[in-house]
Amino acid sequence: MAWFSKKPRIATKETAPEAGEVSSRMKGLWAKCEECDEIIYRQDLERNLNVCTVCGHHMAWPARARLAALLDEGTFEEHDLGLEPQDPLGFVDSKKYKDRLRSTRKALGEADAFLSCTGRIEGRPVSVGSFIFEFMGGSMGSVVGEKVTRVFERAYERQCAAIIFSASGGARMQEGIFSLMQMAKTSAAIARYREVRKPYISVMLHPTTGGVAASFSWLGDVIIAEPKALIGFAGPRVIEQTIRQKLPEGFQRSEFLLEHGMIDAIVHRKDLRAKLAQLLGLLG
Amino acid sequence: MATSPQYALDFERPLLELERKIDELKALAASGSLDVAADIAKLEKKARKLQQEIFSDLSRWQVTQLSRHMARPYFLDYVGFLFTDFFELCGDRSFGEDPSIVGGFARFDGQPVLVMGHQKGRNTKENMLRNFGMPRPEGYRKARRLMEMAEHFGRPILTFVDTPGAYPGIGAEERGQAEAIAVNLEVMSRLRVPIISTVVGEGGSGGALAIGVGNRVLMMENSIYSVISPEGCASILYRDASKAGRAADALKLTARDLLEMKIVDDIVQEPSGGAHRDPPRAAESLGRALRKHLAELQTLSGDELVADRYDRFRALGVFTEA
Ligand SMILES: [Zn+2]
Repeated sequence: MAWFSKKPRIATKETAPEAGEVSSRMKGLWAKCEECDEIIYRQDLERNLNVCTVCGHHMAWPARARLAALLDEGTFEEHDLGLEPQDPLGFVDSKKYKDRLRSTRKALGEADAFLSCTGRIEGRPVSVGSFIFEFMGGSMGSVVGEKVTRVFERAYERQCAAIIFSASGGARMQEGIFSLMQMAKTSAAIARYREVRKPYISVMLHPTTGGVAASFSWLGDVIIAEPKALIGFAGPRVIEQTIRQKLPEGFQRSEFLLEHGMIDAIVHRKDLRAKLAQLLGLLG
Repeated sequence: MATSPQYALDFERPLLELERKIDELKALAASGSLDVAADIAKLEKKARKLQQEIFSDLSRWQVTQLSRHMARPYFLDYVGFLFTDFFELCGDRSFGEDPSIVGGFARFDGQPVLVMGHQKGRNTKENMLRNFGMPRPEGYRKARRLMEMAEHFGRPILTFVDTPGAYPGIGAEERGQAEAIAVNLEVMSRLRVPIISTVVGEGGSGGALAIGVGNRVLMMENSIYSVISPEGCASILYRDASKAGRAADALKLTARDLLEMKIVDDIVQEPSGGAHRDPPRAAESLGRALRKHLAELQTLSGDELVADRYDRFRALGVFTEA
């Protein structure tokens, strides 16, 4: 990666243990890059916004850390904290949906897969939402759909820009048809938001697929993706099963989408805040 | 009336068998060789009873099968039954024509409307053409073009949903399947003309919803509407597509389920045994429902229609708020 070669390497082979040597005690201190297999000192990784210090691979970056880094200091204000998911279908798979919600909540300290907030970026007010991918793969049920809708309603009321960070496998099967209907609800909220003529910037992270891609995520006035994110309607496995052939290398990745005219830009994580601020200045 | 046996579902077979026997007896009676009128009457009574038994308590999986029945009326069948003066309009004006969605202007009780729906095929050749009713982006973009035209000319929009889902293919992804669906959702939400969407067969996820954002959403009695197919759900959850029946129950995807959950506004009754047993009567029933809802919507202004649709979908979702 060109951007990286200008910087000194923080983690080196000399300081990091080999993959096999990482004991469970050490695991908290070190992280392995899923792209280049390099073992990286976790503090360095975090300082580098969870971008591999060796190969530039963009690893998952938790929503709260992302927002803390992107919003002006002290401006983050979370909303809709009281929203909690229900189990309208009484859904049971290998586990009861209710139990799954409870245990996920306990593990993550989050009630569902989305957080909505307001804040500022270089002084400009923004209504922001971000998926919490760790929560059931960022799947969209009623709470996610409601929070997304409120991000746009809040932006409408305050006449400010809206930004959504998407990372989702799509619909939440356990909420059945209610999950599907969130696509229509959120898209309608965007139609209404257009009236205030403020920008909606959609940032697609890895992965953004299914009903999330096919609703509000692809309705951004400007659509930005992180490098090499998987973005599309159908998941690659479904497509391979349908057409009975292997998919070409790089299919449905950010670079592929840019080439096909489906997104506006690919922005490296270290430039994201500056690029968002620039767009807000030009359009907001 | 009787379903061609090549399309018959397993649970329909006993009934079809009985009906075949009745037909044979009738032929015998017509030839005048025997007096079998009493036997015929008896068997017909038995057939009615059997039909009642089979269809009064269908499982969700059986409804799913009926919704996909090869002899079930498809969109163009309803066009023939319910509309006059149909003029089909083709193409998305940027890439191609997608025959898995058909649309055009026609008259409903003499009144010009836009009619549009997914179209499936009944044989290999038709299904090749219609891609099994699975649209590609150009299908959705054609739909959008026609709906915006309907708004421009002040014509109500009647859509007919019947698809396994949007097509998952390489070209479809390259040309922005997700974007095409998303744009339709937004555009439909702000059109200033009445929109009635009826699920007539399979309502398969986002590919169905992309022409389904109506002021009124109706479902035929034996149609389904779901975020994922029961087979797809079963293969993810139970790692076994053959457990689709179990998944259908978990997903709650029938018209009755969805009316109960207030996702749809009305159920259109089908003739006993399903729409395919008597397509003209199924169409008549649908026509009555469309007439009623359209008359109600036509008392609303453009602004009111947009607000009505917004409020309708805004309210969908189940959660608590502390
Ligand atoms: Zn790496």
